[in-house]
Formats: sequence, C-alpha cells, structure tokens
Amino acid sequence: MRSRNFRSLASLIGLGIGLGLLAGAATDATAQDKKVLRMVPHSGLRITDPIITTAFISRNHGYMIYDTLFAVDDKLQVKPQMVDSFKLSDDKLTYTFTLRDGLKFHNGAPVTPDDVIPSIKRWGERDTMGQKLMTFIKEMKAVDAKTFQIVLKEPYGLVIDSLGKPSSNPCFIMPKAMAETPSSKNVPDEIGSGPFRMVKSEFQPGVKVVYEKNPDYKPRSEAPSSLSGGKVVKVDRVEWITMSDAQTATNALIKGEVDMIEQASYDLLPELKKSKEVVIKDLQPLGMNYMLRMNWLQPPLDNVKVRQAILHAVSQEDYLAAQVGNPEFYSVCGAMFGCKTPLKTEVGAAGTKKADLATAKKLLKESGYKGEKIVIMAPTDINSINQLPLVSAPLLRSIGMNIDLQSMDWQTLVGRRAKPDPIDQGGWHIFHTAWGTADMMNPVVNAGIKGLGKEGGWFGWTEDAQIEKMRDDYAREADPAKQKAIAEAIQKRAYELVMYVPLGEYIQPSAVRTNVAGLLPSPALALWNVEKK
Amino acid sequence: MLRLILSRLMAAIPVMGVVAIFVFLMLRLSPGDPAAILAGDAATPEAIAAIRASLGLDQPIWQQFVTWIGELAQGDLGRSVLSKQPVTHMIADRIEPTISLAIVTLLFSVIVAVPMGIVAAWKQGSLLDRGIMALSVAGFSIPVFVLGYILIYVFSIRLDLLPVQGFTPIGEGLWPFLQNLILPTLALSFIYIALFARITRAAMLEVLGEDYIRTAHAKGLPDRVVLTRHALRNAAVPIVSVIGIGFALLIGGVVITETVFNIPGLGRLVVDAVLARDYPIIQGIILLFSGIYVLINLAIDITYVLLDPRIRY
Repeated sequence: MRSRNFRSLASLIGLGIGLGLLAGAATDATAQDKKVLRMVPHSGLRITDPIITTAFISRNHGYMIYDTLFAVDDKLQVKPQMVDSFKLSDDKLTYTFTLRDGLKFHNGAPVTPDDVIPSIKRWGERDTMGQKLMTFIKEMKAVDAKTFQIVLKEPYGLVIDSLGKPSSNPCFIMPKAMAETPSSKNVPDEIGSGPFRMVKSEFQPGVKVVYEKNPDYKPRSEAPSSLSGGKVVKVDRVEWITMSDAQTATNALIKGEVDMIEQASYDLLPELKKSKEVVIKDLQPLGMNYMLRMNWLQPPLDNVKVRQAILHAVSQEDYLAAQVGNPEFYSVCGAMFGCKTPLKTEVGAAGTKKADLATAKKLLKESGYKGEKIVIMAPTDINSINQLPLVSAPLLRSIGMNIDLQSMDWQTLVGRRAKPDPIDQGGWHIFHTAWGTADMMNPVVNAGIKGLGKEGGWFGWTEDAQIEKMRDDYAREADPAKQKAIAEAIQKRAYELVMYVPLGEYIQPSAVRTNVAGLLPSPALALWNVEKK
Repeated sequence: MLRLILSRLMAAIPVMGVVAIFVFLMLRLSPGDPAAILAGDAATPEAIAAIRASLGLDQPIWQQFVTWIGELAQGDLGRSVLSKQPVTHMIADRIEPTISLAIVTLLFSVIVAVPMGIVAAWKQGSLLDRGIMALSVAGFSIPVFVLGYILIYVFSIRLDLLPVQGFTPIGEGLWPFLQNLILPTLALSFIYIALFARITRAAMLEVLGEDYIRTAHAKGLPDRVVLTRHALRNAAVPIVSVIGIGFALLIGGVVITETVFNIPGLGRLVVDAVLARDYPIIQGIILLFSGIYVLINLAIDITYVLLDPRIRY
C-alpha cells in the first residue's frame, strides 16, 4: 500500500513538473519578437520570378526584393520611385530618365541603365501593357551611369503609366545578368535592389520564405503612399508562413503565433472578430472582380445573341451573395475598369447588374439556339471562385440552355482553357475567374477586352478590330479626359459584344494583430513602413 | 539472411521500374499543364506555349521519358517546374517532419496500444476489455482533423500550453521539437492505437487458448510472465505486420495531419505538387514512397524470421 501511494505521489509530482515545463516553454515560444513580422500569405510562394508569372504571390514577392522605376500612390497617380527625375522632349518622342543616387543591388553592385534596359525588355515581352509599350519603342539606350533614354517611334501616352503599373506584371528592375534570362525561363537568382533581401537559405517553396531588411536601401524622402514614396523598413525580418488550412491560420493568429493573415477566410471572420487582439482591415483599396468568360470560338457562343442572352440572365447580387456572402465585403459593379478607378463608368452595364430573364429568353430564341450543350468548367478546389459556376448553371438552365457543368480542379481548368479545340476534343464554353482591379483598370491592361482573337487574345479568344483600334487610340492619348471618353466607348462596345460578363466587385479582408501598425493599403502587398508595437 | 536481403533488394529494382513508368505515364496522360500554372492566370496562350517549350513539355512523351530516365539513372530526380529547386533538395527539406511525426506516432501508438491489447485479451469480457474496445471504435470513427482541431482548441487556444502549428527540427533542441509534435502525434496516433490494440487483442486471444499457455499457467508461472514471454512472443507476427504497414501508411498518409498542424512534410509537398502538376516532384516522391514500402516490407520479413525461427524464405 505504501509503495503504491508513493508511486501515485511521484506520478503527480512528475505530471506537475511536466505541465509546468510545458507552460513555461510555451510562453517562451509565443513571446513576440517585435522585430520579426510573421504573415500568412494568400498562397505559397513557389515561383520567385515575378515576370515569368502573373501570380499575385510572385508579384508580392517582387515588391519585397525588387524596386520599380515608377510606382502608384494611394490616388493611383504614378510617381517616380527608382527614378529621380525624367523629361520628355518637345517632339514627345524621347524620354530621358535619371536614376536616384545610391541605388544598389543586394550583391552590392550599383543599379545602372545597363540593368534597367534589359529589365524593361524582359518585362515588355511578358506583360500586356509592356507588350503594347514595346510596339511604340524605337530604342532604349544608356546615356551615362545614371541616365537612360527611351526613344519612341511615335508619341505614346502610357510610357510612365506602363513603367509604374502596380500589378501583374510590374516592371521590376533586376541585375543585367538576371534580366537577360529569356522571359520563358525562370531567373536563376533572387537579387534585387528593393527594401528587403530574400534569405535564400531559409526558402522552402510553398512553405516559408524569409526576408530581411536591406541595410543598403535608400528610401525616398517622401512619405510612403501605396507603392510609392519612402519605403522605410521598420522590422528586421519578415516571414511568410504558408498555411493551407484557413482554420489553422485563424488559430495561429488568435494565439499570436503569426501577426497577420493577408487574406482571411470570410467564414472565419466572425471568429477573428471575437478576439480583442485582432482587427480586420481592408488593405486592397481597389478590390477584386469576378468574371464569367465565354469562348467565342465555340458554337453557339460565337453568336452574339447567345452571349447577350447570358449577359441578361445574370444578376451580380446572386453571385456575390453565393461566393462572398457578407455584403460588407462586396458590391455590385458594372464598370469593366473597376468601380474605384479613374475610368469608372457604368456605360452599357445595365444587363449584368440585374437579371432580366424575359429579355434573355427572347434573345436566346432570336439567336436560333437549338439546345446545343454548353460546357461550364467548375473548379472545386479554389474557395474564392468555386461557387460562381454553381450559380451560372441553374441560371442558364432557367432560360433554356443545355448546361453541362463539369467539375475539375483549377489546374485542370487552366490547362484545358488554353485549348481552342471543339467540345468533343476537350474544348469548353464558359469558365469563371477573379481579377485584381489593378489588373483591369484600363483598356490596355484589361485582358478581358482584348480583341486579338487567336493572335494574342486571352482565353476565350474575343476578336474585334474596332475594340483593338480604340485600345490603340487610348494608348496613344495623353489627355486623361480624352482617355476616359475612349475607355467609355470601349466598355460600351465590349458590353455590346459581351466580351465577358462582370460579376461584381469584392474585397478580401486582412486580419491583423492589434500591435501591428503602418500597413499601407495598396494594389499589391506592401510590408515596408510596418512595425510591431 | 543476407541472401534474403539481397534477393529482396534485387527484386525491388523491377518493381521500382514499373512504378517509374506507371507514374510517368499517368501524369502525362492526366489533364493539366505545368506551363499554364507557371505562367499564371492572366498569361496569354502564346506565353504559355513559350514556357512549355522552354520546359521541354512540347516534346514527344517518349522523348521526355528517355530524358527523365537518363537523369534518374544518374541519381538526379530533376528540378521543380515552379521553383526550379532540385527535387532531392526539396525532399531532403521535407522528409524530417514526416519521418519524425511517423516515428513518434508509431512509438507512442505501440507503447500505448500493445499493453492495452494485451490487457483486453487477458481480461476478455470484462468492463476493462469493453472499455478498451469502445475506445478503439472511437479511434476508428473520429476523423484526424476533428480530433486535431479539438486538441488545438483545448491545449493551444484555451490552456495556452502548446503551439497551434509548425515544426521545429530536432537539431534546434529536443523540447522545441517535441513541443510541436505532441498535438499532431496525439491526433494521428488515436486511430493507430485503435488498430494496434484490436490486432494485439485478437492475436493474443488466439494464443491464450493454446495448450502451452495452459501448461505455463499449470507450472505456476505468474500472469505477467505468461503474457509477455509466452503469449506475446507467439502473437507478435501479425502485430509486427500491422505495425509495419502502419508505418508505411504513416509515411505516405499524414497529409491531413500535416495540413491541420501546418507541418511542412512530404504529404503536403506531394499534394501541392499534384495540384500544381509539378511532374518532377510527384515522380520523385512516389519513387521514394515505393522504395520505402519495399524496405518496410523487407524489414517486416526479417522481423518474422527473428521472432519465429520456423519461418523460412
């Protein structure tokens, strides 16, 4: 008996010591280091080249380690960033740019026009706005160690806007050796001149990426504003820790193991709001947009009346309620260039904002539609868009369409949507996706309204010479008022032809610990100016 | 014994070859395009085509296969399509969390489940036996992710005793290493404890009915000696088989646990690679898994021989 009591007592003491150690160690582990910012990004970083891909996560990585010649402020005005000053010749054909003093790459080498020019060329091969700019450029040449020129074939209104475009793909400046990599291949290194340096030894693709403050970075003197101004880094280290499970990320934020979640899950916001140490923030002033995209090569969608029938069947509210749920985070928006941008216009948008099933049925009848199968590709694994096809399918059935809703993972969808083949050979009719407003805020960047068909158009291969002419007119125009008028005409035409169906605007809120300050609302993630108090 | 090991290793070569061919073809014949994923959502078809060419994905399948096999023969598993990192490097980075979780879970499960199974068999029909079997049913019935969330809520959020997520390599200290593994191990081991306890009970019950057990009791040996030296040793073969299979399943099947507890292991690596159609990673990991299965089966066979001298190969 005595022996048993002793063992019980010893067990209890052991348990107590164990729990004490557990508690003590856990406290140590969760003690926040004020100089380390830990963030759960919206997806895992795998591709470190922000030019080869349009993925937002790679773009955000780009803003950490690279810098841009120009950048937008919080009013979407383009401001010099790496550029100190620039001037345009009287004939409006030659831009002369002078770089700021003290620009250095992470390997210590100075940034020179020899780096800038191939960086612009590589970006110009990949980016929509860059491609357009390159068609106007006659030559680019270095003048001296800090000065370079862009000489145009004819006046072009979007030179500065292009070089300062905020989203995929921004014109990031890389060292010459990296910038000379073919644009179809990943750059071999991660050397930029931006405010952070990537800690390559700690990079685990899809899991974790670590950045440290770049001690050689010389911020501009202006106050930070969106992606422009003084990029003053106030932490020593930033860790992006990927968490594929939203509940785990939420738990980690509430417990203080991470400082912010870049994009919090809508259904977990109530739980996050309960925590006194977490605040919900809107860091994306421009928001995102859903779209329904049709394949113009596939009958019957080659018939404009069928496309117009679909346009009139749609009610944005249905899609937004199904996908986002909380009206606090979405709004009906018919503007193809975004509802919070200078080119906002509702011209031609009436059809998409409120369903008019009678008109839709009438148009479908007039089209001569004979019940052909319409294939809608439905991605099941992307939570941010997976409800959209489920709204479209019954809606289009209700106007008499024969819908074949095909479920698949997103990667199957992106592979399949590149096929212009007939339906019986793996083709498709409709898919849904989401775009950052920054990537559609003018007629040059907005891939959805390209009219190039199979010769350079986006998936769906919309083709219209008139739209293309107007896009060129917009690009040549330097007067903002005239640009806006052209953009309105483009939108009107795009709606008439139904180049795509906008399904509304939404924001993806961030969740942040209350001790994190200085986050800058911007079209891409900006982590300079952020501090932990 | 040496002959057994060598012959099994030789037999593994054609098995791995078949796995390699099968995996390669399955991936190439399934839908999806790594070039489209690399290019991003807004890329044009022309840009995707250029990337596909730069990756060599526009070449005939047989040519891609020859290139891959040639690299494989030199021990090169290739590079990730997306990150361009060597696959061997990525696997090396991610194997420690998975192996650690598998080993700790297996050890914990065996330590808890085998005595439970022995006691349940020894006290067959008693309240204790029924209690253990009820626990076993619960172990099979509760999904790992549900248990994981409950454990996180109780021990991390409410009691603030353990971290919610993450993994710390053992090289950074034993306690930080264990601290991150306690909850995932508890969540994951529940089902394995249930499995091992049931198998142990069933195997023990079969042996406990044998004449030599009755003889051992008649000789006046204490229950402890009869159970451990006489019964358990003879019941060990099926238990070892299940433990071995359990280990193999743990290596390849911990993705849910890794996701819930944000452990950067092989499970998440392979799922991410499948979703991104990152062919070299998928091929490399499946080859690794098949090699591990071969080795585990070999280890089980060797253990049989050691446990039961009557077994010959």
